[in-house]
This record gives sequence, C-alpha cells and structure tokens, in this order.
Amino acid sequence: MRRTELAAVLEAKGISKRFPGVLALDGVHLALLPGEVHALVGENGAGKSTLIKVFTGVYHPDGGELRHHGAPAAFGTPLDAQRAGISTIYQEVNLVPMMSVARNLLLGREPRGRFGVIDATKMYAEAARVLSGYGVETDVRRPLRTLGIGAQQMVALARAVAVDARVVIMDEPTSSLEPREVETLFGVIRRLRDEGIAVMYVSHRLDELYQVCDRVTVLRDGRVAHTGPLAGLDRLKLISLMLGRELNEVKADGLTRFSRDRHRAADGQGPPAVEARGLTRRHVLDGIDVSVRPGEVVGLGGLLGAGRTETAKAIVGAMPLDGGQVLVAGLPLRGGSTTAAIRAGVSLLPEDRKAEGIVPTLSVRENIALAALPALARAGVVSDAKIDRMVEIFMRRLRIKAASPNQLVSELSGGNQQKVLLARWLAVRPKVLLLDEPTRGIDVGAKAEVQALIDELAEEGLGVLLISSDLEELVEGADRILVLREGAVVGELTGDEVTEERIMATIADDRAHLDGDDRGAVR
Amino acid sequence: MLQQHGALMVLALLVIVGSVAFDSFATAGNAASVVVSSSFLAIIAIGMTFVIISGGIDLSVGSLFVLGGVLAAYGSQYGLLVALALPLGACGVVGLLQGLVIARTGMAPFIVTLAGLLGVRGLMLAISGEGATTYLVKNPAFASLGQGELLGLTYPVYITAALALVAMVLLQRTGFGQNVYAIGGNEQAAALMGVPVARTKVTVYVMSALLAGLAGALNAARLSSGVTILGIGLELDAIAAVVIGGTLLTGGAGGITGTVAGVLLLGVIQSLINQVGNLTSAFQQVVSGAFLALVVVAQRLLSKAQRLS
Ligand SMILES: Nc1ncnc2c1ncn2[C@@H]1O[C@H](COP(=O)(O)OP(=O)(O)OP(=O)(O)O)[C@@H](O)[C@H]1O
Ligand SMILES: [Mg+2]
Repeated sequence: MRRTELAAVLEAKGISKRFPGVLALDGVHLALLPGEVHALVGENGAGKSTLIKVFTGVYHPDGGELRHHGAPAAFGTPLDAQRAGISTIYQEVNLVPMMSVARNLLLGREPRGRFGVIDATKMYAEAARVLSGYGVETDVRRPLRTLGIGAQQMVALARAVAVDARVVIMDEPTSSLEPREVETLFGVIRRLRDEGIAVMYVSHRLDELYQVCDRVTVLRDGRVAHTGPLAGLDRLKLISLMLGRELNEVKADGLTRFSRDRHRAADGQGPPAVEARGLTRRHVLDGIDVSVRPGEVVGLGGLLGAGRTETAKAIVGAMPLDGGQVLVAGLPLRGGSTTAAIRAGVSLLPEDRKAEGIVPTLSVRENIALAALPALARAGVVSDAKIDRMVEIFMRRLRIKAASPNQLVSELSGGNQQKVLLARWLAVRPKVLLLDEPTRGIDVGAKAEVQALIDELAEEGLGVLLISSDLEELVEGADRILVLREGAVVGELTGDEVTEERIMATIADDRAHLDGDDRGAVR
Repeated sequence: MLQQHGALMVLALLVIVGSVAFDSFATAGNAASVVVSSSFLAIIAIGMTFVIISGGIDLSVGSLFVLGGVLAAYGSQYGLLVALALPLGACGVVGLLQGLVIARTGMAPFIVTLAGLLGVRGLMLAISGEGATTYLVKNPAFASLGQGELLGLTYPVYITAALALVAMVLLQRTGFGQNVYAIGGNEQAAALMGVPVARTKVTVYVMSALLAGLAGALNAARLSSGVTILGIGLELDAIAAVVIGGTLLTGGAGGITGTVAGVLLLGVIQSLINQVGNLTSAFQQVVSGAFLALVVVAQRLLSKAQRLS
C-alpha cells in the first residue's frame, strides 16, 4: 500500500502507562499516517482513552516514546499538543456548559476587532455560520447546556476540526449522535482524510468502523492485539480479537442480544404499571400518552429533539409540566418530585451520565448502592455486608472493570461508568425502569449482557421504557414502539410492524407532512 | 445576565422606597456620599469578581487593603510615585505568591488566602508597632488623589468607574476574560480546550491583590493616614457584593455590572439604616444582615419571574 510508505505523523513506540492497581497501557505501538482514518477498538477499559490522553499531553507515559513527525516529542499539557496540530474530541463532551455556544466554539480564537478586543457581533455570526455547516441551527448566544447532548457533541466536533490540525482524534464521537448527525460526521471525516489529515477514530459501533476507517488497531488489556487494514477483516474476527476469544466460540454465540420472543401483539395483560396521560410542557411536550405494562418493553423512537428524553424525565418528575398526569398502578403520582417516583418504583437511567448520574467523588460501591440504600435500610441502618453482596453481584454480572469496589468511579473507563449507573438503578429493583440510551459507550460483549439482563428482568415482570438511537437495539428489544415527533406521539408500531424500516417510514411520513401544508404553523 | 439585572432592579426599588420614606435620602449630597464611600469597596469587589468567576475566593483582600494603606502613607514621605508603587508592589507580590501556590499545588484558595489574611495582618501589625504607629500622609499631591473633587465627587469615584469599565472589557472582550469564565465553568474541560489554566489563575489573584492594595492606598490618601484598624471583615463585604451582584459563588458566571450594583446596594442599605438613626451599631449589623437576606430572596424571585415570562 502506498500509505504505509508515508512517514507517520504521530507514533507511539512501546508506550506504557500505569495507574494504581492497573497497567492501562503495556508497550503499545501505533503509527498514525497522514490521510488515513485509523480505528482504535477494544473492550471497555482496554486503554483506548488512556492512549489518546497520552497522545494529547493529558497523561505522561511511564515508559516508551512518543514521536511527532519522526522526532521524539513530549507534550507537557493539552495546549502543547494542540499547538503541535493535534486536535481532540474527548469521550465525555468536554466543553463549558455555562458559557455560550459561540464562546465554547471559538474559545481561544475569537475574532478580534479594534484594539485587539473581541468582536462579539463577528463572533456570533462566525459561530452560527460554522455550526450551520454541521446541521446545528440554534441561537449561539445561549448557554451550551441548553443544547441537546448530540448538538453539544457537534459543537465539540466543529471546534476540534476548525483548529488548524494535522491530526484529529475522536473518542466515541457518535455515542450520542442520531443517524443524520452521524452522516454529517462521516462527511467531515472523509473531507479531513482527503486533505491529508490523520484521523484516529474510537467507537464501539462496528458497522461505523467499516464505513469510514482504513486501518484498525485492536487493544486488549492495554496491549495491541492486532493492527492492520480493516477491509477484508471479518466482523466476527474483529470481535474475537477484541474479546480475546476463539473465532468459532464467538460464532457460536453469534451476536446474541435480546433473546426473548419479541413483538407479541399487545394482548392487554392486566393494568399498566405506569401510565402517563397528556404530558404537556410548552415547546417541548405536546400531550404525550404512554403506558407500560408489567413485563413489557416499550420503545420510544424518533429523532433527536423529538421529546423522548423529556418524556422519560417528565414521567419520573424530573421536569416541571404544564399539564398531564402520571399514574403508577392506577394511583396518581405527585408531580415534580423524583423521590415520589422512586418510592413508587419508577426509576430513570439518565442519558447524560456525567451531568445527571455519576457522583465522581464517590467510589464504585457507593455509586451503585446510592439509590438502593433507603430500600435496604432497616430502621435507617444498612448492613455493610448486604451492600457488599449486592455490589459484588452487579460488578460481576455487568463485568464492571475496576481495581476494586472502592475505586473512585471517575477513574473508570467511560463504558464502565455507564455500567455502574445501570447497576445503580437495577439495584433499586424498580417496577418500571426508564432507560435512556442504556448501552451508550458499552462494548459489544457487555452490550449483549445488558440486553440479556433487560430481557430477563422483563420476563420477571419489570416494565421497561427503552430509548435508543440505535434502531437495531430498539427493534430487537422492544415489544411495542411509539414514534415521537415534535413532542407528540405520531405513530405506534406493534407486532410485525416493529421493524427499522417502519420506524424510519413513520418518522419520514411526518417529515413529508411537515414539509407540506402546516410548516408555518409548526415553526 | 438575568441575575445581574436582579441586583439592579432591587437597587432601583430600594432607592424609590428610600426616597418616598425619607426626605433627606434622595438628596444630591446623600447620593454623593453613598457613591464616594462605596468606591473603595467597589475596587476590591471588581478584583473579587474575577477571582470568584474563576471558581476561587480571595480572603486576603481585607488585610491587603490595610497593608496598602499603611505602606502608601509610609511611602508618601518619598513622593507620590513611591506612595503608589510601594503598596502595589507589596500587595502584588502577596497576590503572586498566593496565585502560584493555588495554581501549582492545587491547594484550596480558601485556605491559601486565609493564610494570606492572617500573615498580612501580622506583617501590618509589625510594621505599625502593633498598631501604635500611625503614618500620616505628608505628600499633598498624594493626598489630593483621595480628596480632590470634580463635579462634587472625589477622584476615587472616577478611578473606580474607569477600573470598572476596563474590567468589563477585560472580562467580556478579551481572551483572558473568556479563560476566566471557562476555568470557573469547568476547569478540566478548559484545560483540555487548551486554556492556560495556571497562568490565568495566577493573574486573577495578582489582580485581586493589586486592586485591594490600590483601594487601601486611595483610602489612606482620603484619610491622610494609614489606619491599621480598618478593613477587618472587608473581604466578606466584597464577597457579599459580588454574590448579590449575581456572580455564582461556584464560578463560571457573573459580571462587573452586577458587582457594581451589589456594592451600591450595600451602600444604600447602610444609608437607609443611617436615615432611621438612633440604632446602636450592633443593631445596625443585625438590620443590615436581615436586609441582605431579603435582597437575595427578592433577587431570586425576580430572576425566576423573568425566566418564566
Ligand atoms: N485516572 C485514572 N485513575 C486510575 N485508573 C484509571 C484512570 N483512568 C483510567 N484508568 C483505568 O485504566 C484502564 C483503561 O481505561 P480507559 O479509559 O483507557 O479505557 P477505554 O478503552 O477508553 O474504555 P471505554 O470503552 O469504556 O471508554 C481502566 O481499567 C481504567 O479503570
Ligand atoms: Mg474510553
């Protein structure tokens, strides 16, 4: 191949990095070539994010050497790496939520006016122009936190690409994007590649890798398990490399996810476990009706901003409502209080784990036990042994990779943090569980595990409301799907109707409808 | 932004109420006296605004204010230049040390500047012989810096206004200002975005110390002496003014307009209490505390009402 003859822009030569209790990187060799899209894959906790942070000056390697354009390099800080033309989108959106969208996008290179002072008008115009190229149409003066998490991710992308970079590193950039945004992202990646920029791409969504990546490096437990061209590498083979299991073993398991016999027609078995009627909030929700029966998995479909996350939040009382009612087992739930919802047995796994879920200063054990404590307590006292047992079970079952239960949760890899959150809500033993993107950032192996667990719990009578931008997961996991658009239910799919095509069609139908007569009324 | 307006609205409300209730409140003389006496606190609070937006706190400013005053009075015997350079130099060094310790070691600003508060106060007591020595301002040029008047307002008012304007531009319209917001909003993200975190933090503490020293020097010029007993608890007034002005104590949001409104609000409250008269000073503090609580509640309600509408 022509490319391999090119000199690497950035190269890791035998890089090692140790954290207390774990060797996160163990003699890693990796060369990034100009004009290639290089996939970096591996299980949760394999060391992908750590390697990236070594490349960008966040961590300093304990051993080995970093080479930049062939010369040894040591980046002291992220700023040094940035100056050397290495631009990064980190796994967790790393922007400043309280600052405006425009200031986040342009921080450090704001357009200057007279006297070298920032020209605000120009800055806002520039930001709006850049972002519209990424399909983000919003008032750029608003604080970043008012944007959906997908749109925030696009801002991070735009920011990383706008810098004059020779290397662009993306750590799970698509985990919170919807298909349309993923397409935009891929367009950007291809453009970068054609301009001769080296792109490093981390993702757990394998089909994406095959769409944009040229080469792949597989990390397993901090070591390089494989590196080479991606084309011609079978998908199952790739998985077996990641998991470190034999190919035929993986084949036998297949890609098992949800195993239960799905799509039974709604047969009206008993009263709903939770029922929401006419949930309304100005500009957000427009009279949503949802009900989930015990043992049923109801999927919520729709594009980003359709009101899926908001529906879930409204049900548990985490969002003030202008109208509507939530009934649990036929009894109305007092609104505006998540405590009431949890007590009644309704729990939400939130979408934005960093802002709404993880308590970074607490240990894995404490994070898991947090919500279950009131239920475990007897006369206000909780037995340590009981907690230990529970934590042990979940850590094993979800394969949470941590040095010990007492490790700080913020030290875990992204996917493992997600598993901790999931464990927290499962530990409450709720009657109804609302899952907002439950497998976001979780590796293939654990994903199947999580999905099997959802199945198993539903079998035992748990009602589940499943939100996922992964259509395959939605279709395989849900008995019934409600499609939302602009805060309203626009379609319900049951039985054989539950297919990816039908979901897309239902969304598209409404698009057509929207483009037609009443566009003015909606905008 | 909303919260900053809240302080302005409460300020307007109080002024109206005061004008209706007391004849002697809405006079040019009283207004001038509120503005003049607020200007020193305002200078300190401007520096504090930067510190708090960056997610820190500076408890040393009260002591630095006194130190600045004493050094200015002492230096004034050698001329105007020394009278300004000495306090600014000394306070700048203290600010630099505090900033370096905070930025490099990651120690809590609260502790570091508390140490600064105690250390500087000790230093000041040593210089002044346990407060026995009072340095008088000998230099008329320096004294006029604090006492001279233009259009019925003393020079420090104009200096404060100019500083406030510069601070506003600095905060809103320069890369440094953006870095301050970014660090306060999310320090880790700011570092990953390439913000020079340590340098920005050091700058912020140096600025705060310089401004406190300057306020002390101007105050010495006004009083014609460096008094050692003033300035105790001034850091709390400054913090209160900043927070009343809508700057988040947790950092990341706020602004100079709000701080100026907050300082004036404190001044107006004091003036209203004086209007009532015959209150013992201890009781005055109770009233002003209660007032503060009221103001903060009113502000929250106002900004909530605005957000809903
Ligand atoms: N700051 C830290 N302190 C201690 N251990 C850490 C720290 N950061 C990472 N680790 C550990 O290093 C290992 C590698 O983590 P890393 O975040 O690189 O994984 P990853 O491959 O990015 O996984 P994911 O797919 O879940 O994002 C994990 O075992 C993790 O617990
Ligand atoms: Mg990671």
